[in-house]
Amino acid sequence: MKPAPFIRHVPRTLDEALATLAEVAGEDGRILAGGQSLVPIMAFRLAKPAHLVDINEVAGLDKLADDGKFLTIGARVRHAAFHEPVTANPLGRLLTYVARHIAHYPIRMRGTFCGSLAHADPSSEWCLTAATLDAVMVAKSVKGTREIRADGFFDGIMSTHLKEGELLAEVRLPLLPPDGKFGFYEFSRRAGDFAMSAALATYRLDGGKMTDVRVGLGGAEASPRRIPEAEAELNGKAPGDAAFRAAGEAASAAIEPLEDHQTDAEYRRDLVKVVVRRALEHSLI
Amino acid sequence: MNKQKQKFIGRSVPRLEDRPLLTGQGRFAADVNFPGQWAMRVVRSPIAHGRLNGIDASAALAMDGVHAVWTFADIAHIPPIPFRLTGLKALEPYQQRVMASDFVRYVGEPVAVVFADDAYVAEDAADAIELDIEPLPPVMNATDAPGPFDAAQSTEPDVLRKGYGDVDAAFRAAHSVVALDLSVGRHSGVPLETRGAVGYFNEALDRLEMHGAAKVPHWNRDTMGRMLGRTRDNFQLFEGHVGGGFGIRGEIYPEDVIVCAAALHFKKPIKWIEDRREHLISANHSRQQTHRIRAAIDAEGHILAIDDEFFHDNGAYMRTHAATVPDLAAAMLPGPYRVPAYRATAHIRLTNKTPCGTYRAPGRYESTFVRERLLDAIAAKVGVDKAEIRKRNLLPKSAMPYALGLETLGTHIVYDSGDYGLLLDKALDRAGWPQLQQDIARRRANGEKVGAGVAMFVEKSGLGPFDDVRVEVQSGGSIELVTGAASVGQGIETAMAQICAETLGVDYTTVSVIHGQTDRIGRGLGAFASRVTVMTGEATKRASTKLRGRILKLAAELMQAEPAQLDIVDGEIVRTGGTPGPSMKLTDLAAARPGELIAEDTFESTHMVYPYGVHVAAVRVDAETGGVAIEKYVMAYDVGKAVNPMLVEGQIAGGLAQGIGGALFEEFVYDESGEPLSVTFADYLMPTAHEVPESSILITEDAPSPLNSLGLKGAGEGGTNPVGAVIASAIDDALQMPGAIVTLPVTPQRLRAICKKK
Repeated sequence: MKPAPFIRHVPRTLDEALATLAEVAGEDGRILAGGQSLVPIMAFRLAKPAHLVDINEVAGLDKLADDGKFLTIGARVRHAAFHEPVTANPLGRLLTYVARHIAHYPIRMRGTFCGSLAHADPSSEWCLTAATLDAVMVAKSVKGTREIRADGFFDGIMSTHLKEGELLAEVRLPLLPPDGKFGFYEFSRRAGDFAMSAALATYRLDGGKMTDVRVGLGGAEASPRRIPEAEAELNGKAPGDAAFRAAGEAASAAIEPLEDHQTDAEYRRDLVKVVVRRALEHSLI
Repeated sequence: MNKQKQKFIGRSVPRLEDRPLLTGQGRFAADVNFPGQWAMRVVRSPIAHGRLNGIDASAALAMDGVHAVWTFADIAHIPPIPFRLTGLKALEPYQQRVMASDFVRYVGEPVAVVFADDAYVAEDAADAIELDIEPLPPVMNATDAPGPFDAAQSTEPDVLRKGYGDVDAAFRAAHSVVALDLSVGRHSGVPLETRGAVGYFNEALDRLEMHGAAKVPHWNRDTMGRMLGRTRDNFQLFEGHVGGGFGIRGEIYPEDVIVCAAALHFKKPIKWIEDRREHLISANHSRQQTHRIRAAIDAEGHILAIDDEFFHDNGAYMRTHAATVPDLAAAMLPGPYRVPAYRATAHIRLTNKTPCGTYRAPGRYESTFVRERLLDAIAAKVGVDKAEIRKRNLLPKSAMPYALGLETLGTHIVYDSGDYGLLLDKALDRAGWPQLQQDIARRRANGEKVGAGVAMFVEKSGLGPFDDVRVEVQSGGSIELVTGAASVGQGIETAMAQICAETLGVDYTTVSVIHGQTDRIGRGLGAFASRVTVMTGEATKRASTKLRGRILKLAAELMQAEPAQLDIVDGEIVRTGGTPGPSMKLTDLAAARPGELIAEDTFESTHMVYPYGVHVAAVRVDAETGGVAIEKYVMAYDVGKAVNPMLVEGQIAGGLAQGIGGALFEEFVYDESGEPLSVTFADYLMPTAHEVPESSILITEDAPSPLNSLGLKGAGEGGTNPVGAVIASAIDDALQMPGAIVTLPVTPQRLRAICKKK
């Protein structure tokens, strides 16, 4: 449970960080932010990076700002930053509600929002949030800045389309409409465990009918994503049991479920029906 | 002026052991260091079953800071690890060597060890060792037909048979028969402190030391001494703080022996601290059994006979506990009920998994699950409720003492005392059973899946055959109590101090209790089988009584009085019955008669004592996800006499958490190739504060043991024993599907599949 030898670099500026990353990326250099996933993986020697670029001292990466259109979350912003709403926009309450489900308090004090996305665990609550809301990922390297939409960011279990030498410097989450509603539900074996499935839904009501519906699903497939089939069952309908159940059924039918030794596809499909419906029910509370 | 003589037995006084633990001064195995020590890292088989053709350590040996690599050839002279309990002759060929020789038999089996400057270098070097292992098909199911395990051995080393009465006749005469197939998952005690051992050879004294001992230091010293050619005079074991025992910690494991052998060989301190992954694949597993049980009953549901055939998956070797777990499962299965005829057939089976040993309530967690499932099934068959079927079958108080007609751990099972029906009434009352039933009926009408369960059990405790205690008033007036028992965190220092202090007439905080040090007392049996409070407790009472007599006799000479006219009150020798004259402080007597205020005594016992309990649980099932929430939990336990009720409650509450683990969460899962899948705390799910409900604990003292002067019975295992049984019973009730739960743990996937079948 001791990591293999590595060199830790502690840059103070973004340019310095990107330059160092460019240098070491080819030798399995990795970014160290909160370390709540990377460090255990290193302790098990499942990862043996030769270099760690520790960004905890890099100025400017702690940005957390609402510009009226987007909430920008810098690479050093920790899960615990969302324990209270960070914006008066309904997105603030959404993030606070979701954050409560992330692991345990000590982990939330240390782990970072962007680190979670870069790690790309299929069950990650933040990955689900980014996918559902169509977040914009801002990747930086010595070659420049690249913006990646959430639907082109995740690439299967613990894999993303970030390129060698790129740092996920910040993530922009679109604000919700002022009258936006959200609902979230996840099922896990124990409090704080990786979700066996989780769903996040947002929408507005227009004349009593749901509109601009987004339904995202995490923990059910290799990557979190929006489920258009479920959204189609909701747009234009009044919120309620019939529509919510139809959305759950549609999501369940639409997925390619993750399977493991203890969890077959049937269980996961059943669970998806429930988490989608319950997330939608939560939106009414 | 007359001080009141203080009572300590029966009071929830604060623990004496807590100060160092709460102030960061604890000294666990990893806290022990010697200058110049080498770190040891174990290279473990990554293959469940295979032929070990070669080990190439050249790259590791070439690394800076690496001193040596050992493989089987280096320890070939060390015999296999012997049995401590229930060591049947037929099982001896199945004992484990400290490293694998020609074959590997489970993922995690030691195949080599590295000695290096520090733990980092040692792990780097271990990574660089290349193993040439030719995989062979693994045996993964203990219920398959027996066959060859290897060229010389069978997958079924032995079959235990226990029983009495004419079972076949009872089944022929039965009104009906209830039959169940049930299984309990593989799980184990997982102390938060992993194992660790530090070997140190003191050349000047020709003394080999092992630090990090736990549970049974004397037996381990004597046994490892025989394996390594050391005697009780030149080999000592030292127990520091122990971060949890639960049966699995403190047995002799391969790593302990290698650490000691290496310290002797290299004449260097050798330190080995296990990591969590190692722990989950190499420390003893437990519990995995499959039972096929039948009961013959009459028309009212009275049990006429029980016939149980079961398969005990012991993993790849027979470790120190040998046949203990299946033996206890078979012997304790009848529990608190009258079973006129009984037959148990226990197949001990080997598989290519981590070897097994005891875990808190060993064999009983399993057989209580099986027996109580059977009682529920009988209730359903006859059409009476769960409480009523139990009342119909309980042994009455008038049957005590009750000779069961079975043996285990070298003793005849004789329930020494008990009023099982009374405790059932008290537990149901504490749980508000009638109100609970009404609430459940009301909520069920609203569509909720809620239900309640009840389970009963008899525990065993106080295993002999002896314990010694030496008590001395030291020159400063404080009392030193030395025992060969051990502490695994259960509060032995406080409990022994309470018994000693009340018997002597001193404050309990003046008593310091020395345990787990083989150089301080000649023999000792350690801490297991809920034995310490009973055995060491009675020995403490006897030694303290003897010392009191000695003190009064010596004081009488100085105080010109008769010993009978004197008493010890709060550390002061006083005259009783209004006799005039000065008193004398114990401190002054100790100064006047240095080295003389000492006494030693022994308690011997050939019978165990039998506490008993009732658990009641209410649960809510989420049929859509397969989730279970425990809404209410009541535990009633009769321990004869509680020396410190707070400590007993702590034992019971902690035991519950482990019982819930086995019922709902914890399972060592393997894939078909024998690869363990539960190797981290993200995969091996122990319940946390979120999952363990608030519980209500009722300690009763209705049936003191007649076998010791204080009436003591052990309290260590009653929180764990029936948890699987009662949770299963409550889930059945919530689903309104009697007999639905046949497998533990009840995972969401399994429960969802049951709900869908409905």
